[in-house]
Amino acid sequence: MSDASTTPPAGEAPATGTTSDDVLLEVRDLKVHFPITKGLLIDKVVGHVKAVDGVTLDVVRGTTYGLVGESGCGKSTLGRAILRLEEPTSGSVNFAGTDVAAMHGEELRRARRRMQMIFQDPMSSLDPRQTVESIVSEPMRAHGEPAGKKAQQQRVRELLKLVGLPQSAAGRYPHEFSGGQRQRIGIARAIALNPELIIADEPVSALDVSIQAQVVNLLEELQDRLGLTYIVIAHDLAVIKHISDTIGVMYLGSLVEEASSDELYDQPLHPYTIALMSAVPLPDPVAEESRERILLTGDLPSPANPPSGCRFHTRCPYRQETRCDDEVPALREVQPGRKVACHWAEQILSGEIRPSAESHTVAAT
Amino acid sequence: MSLSLAEADTTALETEPDEAAGGLWSDAFKRLRRNPAAIVGALLVLLFLAVAIFAPLLAPYDPAAQVGFGDIRPSYVPGPSSQHWLGLDTLGRDELSRIIYGARQSLIVAVVSVSIAGVVGSLLGLLAGAFGGWVDNLVMRVVDIMLAVPGLLFAIGVAAMLGQSLKSVMIAIATVNVPIFARLLRGSMLANRGADYVLAARSLGVRRKDITLGHVVPNSVSPVIVQGTLTLATAVVDAAGLSFLGLGSADPSIPEWGRMLTEMQDALSYAPHLALFPGLGIVLSALGFTLLGEAMREAIDPKFRR
Amino acid sequence: MTPVTQLSDVTSVPSAGGAPLLEVEDLSVTFTRRGRRDVRAVDGVTFSVRPGETVGLVGESGSGKSVTSLAIMRLLPSRGVQVGGRATFDGMDLLSLPKDSMRDIRGRDMAMVFQDPMSSLNPVLTVGRQITEVLKRHRGMQGDQARDEAVTLLSRVGIPDPARRFREYPHQLSGGMRQRALIAISLACKPRLLIADEPTTALDVTIQAQILELLKELVVDSGTSLIMITHDLGVVAGLCDSVNVMYSGRIVETASRYELFGHPRHPYTAGLLGSVPRLDAERGQPLQPIPGSPTDTLPWAHACAFQPRCANRVDRCASETPLLERDPDRRDPIGGPHWLRCFNPVTGDTPVTPPGAELVAPGGDALDPAAEQVGEGDQ
Repeated sequence: MSDASTTPPAGEAPATGTTSDDVLLEVRDLKVHFPITKGLLIDKVVGHVKAVDGVTLDVVRGTTYGLVGESGCGKSTLGRAILRLEEPTSGSVNFAGTDVAAMHGEELRRARRRMQMIFQDPMSSLDPRQTVESIVSEPMRAHGEPAGKKAQQQRVRELLKLVGLPQSAAGRYPHEFSGGQRQRIGIARAIALNPELIIADEPVSALDVSIQAQVVNLLEELQDRLGLTYIVIAHDLAVIKHISDTIGVMYLGSLVEEASSDELYDQPLHPYTIALMSAVPLPDPVAEESRERILLTGDLPSPANPPSGCRFHTRCPYRQETRCDDEVPALREVQPGRKVACHWAEQILSGEIRPSAESHTVAAT
Repeated sequence: MSLSLAEADTTALETEPDEAAGGLWSDAFKRLRRNPAAIVGALLVLLFLAVAIFAPLLAPYDPAAQVGFGDIRPSYVPGPSSQHWLGLDTLGRDELSRIIYGARQSLIVAVVSVSIAGVVGSLLGLLAGAFGGWVDNLVMRVVDIMLAVPGLLFAIGVAAMLGQSLKSVMIAIATVNVPIFARLLRGSMLANRGADYVLAARSLGVRRKDITLGHVVPNSVSPVIVQGTLTLATAVVDAAGLSFLGLGSADPSIPEWGRMLTEMQDALSYAPHLALFPGLGIVLSALGFTLLGEAMREAIDPKFRR
Repeated sequence: MTPVTQLSDVTSVPSAGGAPLLEVEDLSVTFTRRGRRDVRAVDGVTFSVRPGETVGLVGESGSGKSVTSLAIMRLLPSRGVQVGGRATFDGMDLLSLPKDSMRDIRGRDMAMVFQDPMSSLNPVLTVGRQITEVLKRHRGMQGDQARDEAVTLLSRVGIPDPARRFREYPHQLSGGMRQRALIAISLACKPRLLIADEPTTALDVTIQAQILELLKELVVDSGTSLIMITHDLGVVAGLCDSVNVMYSGRIVETASRYELFGHPRHPYTAGLLGSVPRLDAERGQPLQPIPGSPTDTLPWAHACAFQPRCANRVDRCASETPLLERDPDRRDPIGGPHWLRCFNPVTGDTPVTPPGAELVAPGGDALDPAAEQVGEGDQ
């Protein structure tokens, strides 16, 4: 636990119960560790990649939770582990009162209709040999609802209309469509059984710029109409900020900050969030020139061998001599509804701690 | 559901998808038709098939009858003439008729052996690919052992063990090719098992059996079909090779390209054309299957798709 | 403590450096394939790059931005491709130069950085070997001299521990390091023109920021001209002196970055700006997407390709080809003229007219057929 002398009274808030709202999904201390094996005849486990290392979060029904982070931070693995497409090493995933992480076999298969997924690459996530009709009706066939071929065909029509595709699409194949249309097919499939939770993993990053807004708007529209709850996973902070109510920032397998979308942008608390935010290019030359930019040095450390203490300390411009290197910061509530995993969040916020000079060394000859 | 769907409005332009195109197979066929190599290959294969099937109609003579026995002298056979287009063989039989009937033998051996290899190999590959774990390990180790022995040597061993007959040639060639098909289907299935659409199907709650049979297998068979076509070429060559070594059919009256080569060995010095014609038959039929197979690979493989 | 933050003030670079270094005039690229309709990927593209200037080519997939750069570098396959027009670099027409001379210019005077650093680097050679090879070939350096220069270059592009990295293979480097190594290779000959084709698209945001900063510094320090090809308006906004927006093979709008982002005139440009979520926008503002997809086009030959997706379309857009003309309604105080290919441009500061709104061309817009055309070398 963190040293009480530098944390405010609010610092030791329990990990649970940030809101009294209707929480649909509770993830508690979820870990996904992939074994690294070596050996000629018999595989020997020589270590673990800690892709997700103790994530705790709540998602309120009807809202959007945005997970943002760079490649290798574990955000996709976390999304898949919540859906049990990846086996969690430990922890619990409580979905509407049942622990998904403890389900097995047929029970798990039946439960899948309540939680769906939208994939990044709409081409590779659609079977190229299936017609759109067959793709969109697949969940219906798998779960037998609605029963009967007629009813399923009817439902496919409804869904195509709902996602803005022409009825003639039903008999065609995925490769005949453009990227944006393919993503609509994927979305139609995901909402076919009226799921409660949808996890969208980079839903727009493979699309052309002018198409992205169409898909983002469609997702928002469907949320309003169907009362969906989303977890949106993306590396693009602007997209995440636009679409999310709450944002969780991940770094090397853990959440480093969680806040409402507006608060996070107005006042990022974690040094990583600050750097990430300042790195996003703005489509506005005037704003680009007047903003402060914090450049991080170096690359993401390997999740197989993460740094000790705070995992960000190797790249952190605010790194301090004490605590950062050897003490793991807990994700603590520093303001109501705002959690951050940094020992020095308050001091950074007050300006007491300034970023160090050598953090900005790009191509200095 | 309780939505009023009539009012659904989204920003997609209701444009029709690009051009009217069919499924992947018909697309592949279109690409195939545009490829000159495919056309040449297909023509050669068709010629081979036609000759084999209609041999009794096409052949001017009985291939076993020594129609020109009187014209044969030691160290001399008559060359091509208007009566015998390709001349006579060392026993006075019509060479053209023997070539035509030989096509029949080659086709039967190739098709039967490749079919056996394809079915058995694919079943093994399916087992390994679908179940994984120890089943996969067991199947693949057996396959590895079989692949460790050089193909023709293995075939000779099998054929010699089974005795001299057409059946043993077919079994030998099939046995050699079983591991190739098994490995191919398994590898293709493994690759497809990791594909996003399989993950998508899992996330939808589709049963494992349905994922394997509905998604993984259909997407994995195209390389097997390509390999089948290519293997027909090697089977023709292997069959000729085995009968050249005397492991073919026990009945010497049935013409076989490989055995025709053996039989004329002594005549090579004075009648080289007798080696040329069966040789051409082997080369052209194998070339046809190879060209067609390679063109199919290009047409089906997404890497070549634009 | 020294503040680590800094202003991106790089764009006040000597862009007024006189004669253009590269002048592309009426460049066209047609892909021909037997049994298929010809595809004109680039069509009448004209722009110029002055010494020390950073020029952006912005567009989506299929806009022809990458093909344009490959044509300039003569890196397109010779079979099935027809290239027309001129690309004058320092007085030489690159498109008609003999192959050998072009090979000398490539790497020595002009270099290219691609999107995917892994596939652009040779996986079986060490990073150092790949740099020294260029140094030996183009700058005639030998042994230790080349080696020292290579290490200097690696450290210059911000690769820590360059002496160690020198001996490593591309797969041992991270994505950002590979892109740096690639930039180091392209800088080895001190090129006068660097073409960067989506150099940061495959990278993470924080790494992207590092690479963009690196490119900015290079332009300032060495006076290299830079052509930046990207789909990301944010990248352009922070980096480019002048921006060319491409759509379906043609330039539809050209202006300085302040002018372009402040007063987008082409409905496509304005539409793009309205459709990307902005980090600094207030939440709850809906995005204004451009309908359809980049493949929904009309042929430029007798229409405006953007017409099917355009919220500002008028009747003649479907029957007449708009020309790239000087926009009479805009006088850009700093960046020179504002070029526009549109019959009914966006007016005011609000982006695209919402669909259904009055679609009447404002009086006196850029329809004068006598208006001067780009390509007269007066930019």
